[in-house]
Amino acid sequence: MSDVVEKTLTALPALFDSQTGAAKITNRLRQLIKSITELTSKHEEENLIKQELSAMKEQVSSPNTTMKQMREIMVRAMYCEMLGYDASFTYIHAIKLAQQGGVLEKRVGYLAVSLFLNEGHELLLLLVNTVLKDLQSTNLIEACMALTVVAQVFPKDMIPAVLPLVEDKLSHPKEIIRRKAVLALYKFYLIAPNQVQHIHAKFRKALCDKDPGVMTSSLHIYLQLIRVNSYKDLTGSFVTILKQVVGGKLPLDFNYHSVPAPWLQIQLLRILSLLGKEDQSTSELMYEVLDESLRRAEMNHNITYAILYECVKAVYTIHPKAELLEKAARCIGNFVLSPKINLKYLGLKALTYVVQHDAKLALQHQMTIIECLDHSDFTIKRETLELLFRITNAQNVTVIIEKMLDFLCYVPIKTLTFAPDNSWFIQTMNDVFSIGGDLLQQDVPNNFLRLLAEGKPEEDDQLRLYAVDSYLTVLKGHTSHLPQCFLQVMSWVLGEYAHLQESVDQREVIQFLTQLLDQRSVSSETRVWILSALTKISEGQTDLILDLAESLSSSQDTVLRQQAQELRHLSQDSQLHEWALPRGAPWDSIEVAGLIVFPYYDKLFLLKLHYVTFGTSVKTFNLAEPKITFSRYSNFFRCTCICLYINFVYHFSSSTLILEGVKRVWGKDGYLPQKEATAPLVDEPSAAVQPPGQHEAAERIESRPEPSTQNQDKQQLASSLFVGLGVGSSMSLVRKLYYDGFTVSLRGNVVDCLEARSTSVCHYALLMDDPHTNVSFTGTVSYQTQPGHTNTLPFSGTLSTADFIRPLVVTTEEYGKLWLSLSHDVKQNLKLLTDAGDPLRTTLNALKDALQLHVVDIIGSEGIVACRLLSGAPCLLHCRVNGTALAMWLRSPHPALPDCILYHCQRALTHH
Amino acid sequence: MQFMLLFSRQGKLRLQKWYVPLSDSQKKKISREVIQMVLARKPKMCSFLEWRDQKIVYKRYASLYFCCAVEDQENELITLEIIHRYVELLDKYFGSVCELDIIFNFEKAYYILDEFILGGEAQETSKKIVLKAIEQADMLQEVRNTHIACLFVLVYEVTIGSFPSC
Repeated sequence: MSDVVEKTLTALPALFDSQTGAAKITNRLRQLIKSITELTSKHEEENLIKQELSAMKEQVSSPNTTMKQMREIMVRAMYCEMLGYDASFTYIHAIKLAQQGGVLEKRVGYLAVSLFLNEGHELLLLLVNTVLKDLQSTNLIEACMALTVVAQVFPKDMIPAVLPLVEDKLSHPKEIIRRKAVLALYKFYLIAPNQVQHIHAKFRKALCDKDPGVMTSSLHIYLQLIRVNSYKDLTGSFVTILKQVVGGKLPLDFNYHSVPAPWLQIQLLRILSLLGKEDQSTSELMYEVLDESLRRAEMNHNITYAILYECVKAVYTIHPKAELLEKAARCIGNFVLSPKINLKYLGLKALTYVVQHDAKLALQHQMTIIECLDHSDFTIKRETLELLFRITNAQNVTVIIEKMLDFLCYVPIKTLTFAPDNSWFIQTMNDVFSIGGDLLQQDVPNNFLRLLAEGKPEEDDQLRLYAVDSYLTVLKGHTSHLPQCFLQVMSWVLGEYAHLQESVDQREVIQFLTQLLDQRSVSSETRVWILSALTKISEGQTDLILDLAESLSSSQDTVLRQQAQELRHLSQDSQLHEWALPRGAPWDSIEVAGLIVFPYYDKLFLLKLHYVTFGTSVKTFNLAEPKITFSRYSNFFRCTCICLYINFVYHFSSSTLILEGVKRVWGKDGYLPQKEATAPLVDEPSAAVQPPGQHEAAERIESRPEPSTQNQDKQQLASSLFVGLGVGSSMSLVRKLYYDGFTVSLRGNVVDCLEARSTSVCHYALLMDDPHTNVSFTGTVSYQTQPGHTNTLPFSGTLSTADFIRPLVVTTEEYGKLWLSLSHDVKQNLKLLTDAGDPLRTTLNALKDALQLHVVDIIGSEGIVACRLLSGAPCLLHCRVNGTALAMWLRSPHPALPDCILYHCQRALTHH
Repeated sequence: MQFMLLFSRQGKLRLQKWYVPLSDSQKKKISREVIQMVLARKPKMCSFLEWRDQKIVYKRYASLYFCCAVEDQENELITLEIIHRYVELLDKYFGSVCELDIIFNFEKAYYILDEFILGGEAQETSKKIVLKAIEQADMLQEVRNTHIACLFVLVYEVTIGSFPSC
């Protein structure tokens, strides 16, 4: 230090002259900071800084400005830049300051340069000569500053110019210079590795430096070098250094919370793990020191855990040694079970790393992992999923993917709470939709729309407006590549909120949407959304809409034809439009999608507007008087509506189908008072109707006008009609559920009065004609406790195909004949239960127990099984043992039945 | 390390150091984003955040957040200790440091940081050696300041607590 003092003392007299200047220096900055803290608005701050900057600009260009003043200006410029204002006019002066100033000015100049300019900045070229000069300076501080700036920002092309000087510094007597030189070379290595190839020998010298700081710095380089070349011969040295460090041989200065040189330890552990990777003989050299490190790091402080974590990683990276692995695994336990959340996180991270080598380790921490999966901290959750991802196998893949999808749904909504502004949020969601596209779970667009819809008009109009603007921009570009779900979201938003944007002509919006309709890549389902949007904004644009309706009325697609019809009627009757689709109407809680259903009953018409909610209930509005008359369309028309409707419900309820009966207010003889129960899932007349006199269940159920045979015809018609209809996959599902007919079955249960405390049992048979894995049904019971006052009790339940399967008892010969006559088949490998002597029999029995199947015969490694759906359709299963799997071949006259049964078989075997 | 940010509870940037070349607009965007994210965290949550393909490691000392972005592979705990060591250095240098010290002497805070971390890597982890280097460079200023004997007493309504003793 003495030589520094000497140097600085000689510089002192010059400094004393500027006393008053220095006072001013600090003053100005302090004043600036002080006045900024006193300001109340961003706007005031902007003005103040603007003034400050222009004053500074004037000052820097004035020839009278001294270096000291310049130094002061530079500090203020740094401050302004930190606040986010542009002070680029000072950059060149920062370089000048470093070039021409005394040591004090240089220090500020270099700091400003390293803050203002980055590696690619052209002004840096002007700095090269200054750096060269300072590197050669005998003043220690100047040399230090030059090296510091070189290690932070230096143009790649100029490296050769300073390289020899920096290299020389490696043998400088002062350790601080050597250390900085090593780090500068490390930086050079990172940006231009081939430039420093020739000095590898000097790095070795740095590694053996007597100063621990220089040695530590050289490890940064080695960590990089080892990734490319092998430095196996150095293993011994690294091990020795680590041993010394762990053994506490370093000066106490290097202790951090009584742990000797933790940074050095970690660096060495990283190097060792790279060296020992897939190399047994090298690994053997380090077992002892790793063991020692694991043992020593026992103090309960973050820093020891940091070392332990690195140790564990090293143990699992190098050639394995059982004893060490065991110790490391115990260490992970300490992390994972720690109540400190940071340690838990690191434990999960370590587990993620080690399960790649030994998946069983995750088993010990199952419960913690499950807890972490639902942790309120996003980071923990995310890391847990990462861990799960690593242990995914054939058995758990479905569950894990489900969890990950949950997470994916969670993300966009979660982002909103952090969203800095509307534009960011909408833009992010645009990205999510266009990239994730149709792979996204339906919840993502639903939740997004819900967020838009739920907001209060005043508060969230801004967000909605932004969405409208953003979507109009998207629609102006190429739209053919956009995922369907994004198009649907855009259609919905434009339909609901396009009117908010007054500067945009509604006709333009209609044109955009009409163009989308014409696109071949747009699916029928999306078309439905687009048309719904068009219906909403059609008001007052009769000419455009009539053209559109005209062109669509000849469409092949029944749904479109129907919607076009609705569109035409609504656009011609503004009063009706206003009523049916009120603009800006408040949303009751979470109701969103609007769909108009026009059921057709003989000559009477009913307009129903359903606000379909996201999952639970349906609201029905009735129009008291029929205003629209259709020419008699066709019988399936009504089915179309219902299917469409169900389709909607399905979409908004993500996974289970919620089916609610459309209330009928119109009967054969006109308007019916509200007295019907709605229930779902179809069926034929109940066999279990009890004599009305015996029980008093007050189910008030109205009769259906059409005889059930007619319904059956309709259903068949509907089924056949919708086969070719491409309204997405959900359409085929809709086809499988009948709505009609159930009211017939309930007719016998109308009971007049109810005695107190009596119960009544009503049986209804439900048949599933077409299977689906799960269906939900809802219904209501209406009763009167006093005349004129009707109470309603809703009920609901979920049924799966499994509930409708019965054994089909056939002989082997009959089975053979039936097998050949069946057309739809599905093949799949299932899990074989191997925990018993006869795996095939065990598996089939398990299936039989779970699903009411009939095991027809078992011959050697093959088994045949038969079942039928309650309504009649048989399904035959042919099972064969194939190694450790069960090859299953299912056949049925019904196209969807094999899939459903397969699903339930899979479930049954997984849960076994 | 990719960058280090110091910011107040109100989201005001107090110090920024970038170890990767980025344009000004990128820097602004990133710091805005990171500050938002960190301020939204609840007190009991862990000090790490996934951000792009990197990790944000942050810790709050009194009214000031210290926040580093590191590579995904990096050991988060040691980064946390780097932050802590930097706070210790500041504390030792300013003598029971508080946010105001850093606001008014931000260039000093930069000098200390540059002596501690160089080019994104820990340069010198010994507290004594880092401070010695700073003191040596400060020597000129120190001498001058004592001659000037100009003291500033700052009384602000903003009460900002000093960091817990390190």
